[in-house]
Amino acid sequence: MSACTSRSEQALALRLVELTQAGLPLVDDPWVWLAEQLQLSVEATLALLKRLQADGAIRRIAAVPNHYRLGYCCNGMTVWDVDDSQMPRLGRLIGAQPFVSHCYRRPRSGDWRYNLFAMVHGRSSAEINSYREHLRYLLGDACRADDMLVSSRILKKTGLRLPTGP
Amino acid sequence: MDELDRRLINRLQLGLPLVPQPWQVLAEELGSSSEQLRERLQRLLDDGTLTRFGPMFDIERLGGAFTLAALKVPEARFEAVAAVLAAMPEVAHNYRREHPWNMWFVLGCASLEALNDALRRIEQGTGLTPLNLPKEQTYHVGLYFPV
Repeated sequence: MSACTSRSEQALALRLVELTQAGLPLVDDPWVWLAEQLQLSVEATLALLKRLQADGAIRRIAAVPNHYRLGYCCNGMTVWDVDDSQMPRLGRLIGAQPFVSHCYRRPRSGDWRYNLFAMVHGRSSAEINSYREHLRYLLGDACRADDMLVSSRILKKTGLRLPTGP
Repeated sequence: MDELDRRLINRLQLGLPLVPQPWQVLAEELGSSSEQLRERLQRLLDDGTLTRFGPMFDIERLGGAFTLAALKVPEARFEAVAAVLAAMPEVAHNYRREHPWNMWFVLGCASLEALNDALRRIEQGTGLTPLNLPKEQTYHVGLYFPV
């Protein structure tokens, strides 16, 4: 959490995680429900949510689709060996493509030469292959090698939980 | 799934507005009512079209240490190694990917020490050295699956 968020705010944020980790109740006014749980006014609750969202601790209050059910059966982790000096510009460019869901810089390590990761999703392998081609074109000569690791099986999926204890 | 369902799914992926009476505001936008939208949403959650509705936390900003890691697992031992990771609460998800590094997983721990300890336990428990690739920079996070 960023330095501008106070300790008491962090405690409220953690309480908010506990209250809503399983989901927000579908009541007429969810902020009234949250305000009661947090023992704050409705105005203070809404202000807290806005601050946490501006701070990046909450990305948004949103629906998460089961993308397999919606026909997005294919996902590819595209990985790229990109010239370090061009990474700030190219990372943002690749991350801004609408078919990229996650985009990160990660370290090179041993025989692993790729430093830019972009996850792409599609309804067929042809679709994700065309996205990979598009990213390759955008990266141009700044990219020395690339690969796409297609997921073929989910071995475990519980989602990140807030860690507790040491 | 009808047109209203589709518009609701697309709209709610972008986020509930942080305004008083948010369902009323969305109902006006989508030409529906607060009750109808919430009934539709409940049905989409119940039938598994949506997996969750609520705040999406950047859990890393609330403390803890996380990484993406991979293993090169011999085919004969693949199921046994997957079982080792499945039994560890620190492993949030794990995918098989078609590559010599064929097992990719995300670890979430309360501290960097706990994370390094989990990586050591994986190495000891499997005899395989994990490729540890913690993120150095985030350029984009935003799942959006239009329907």
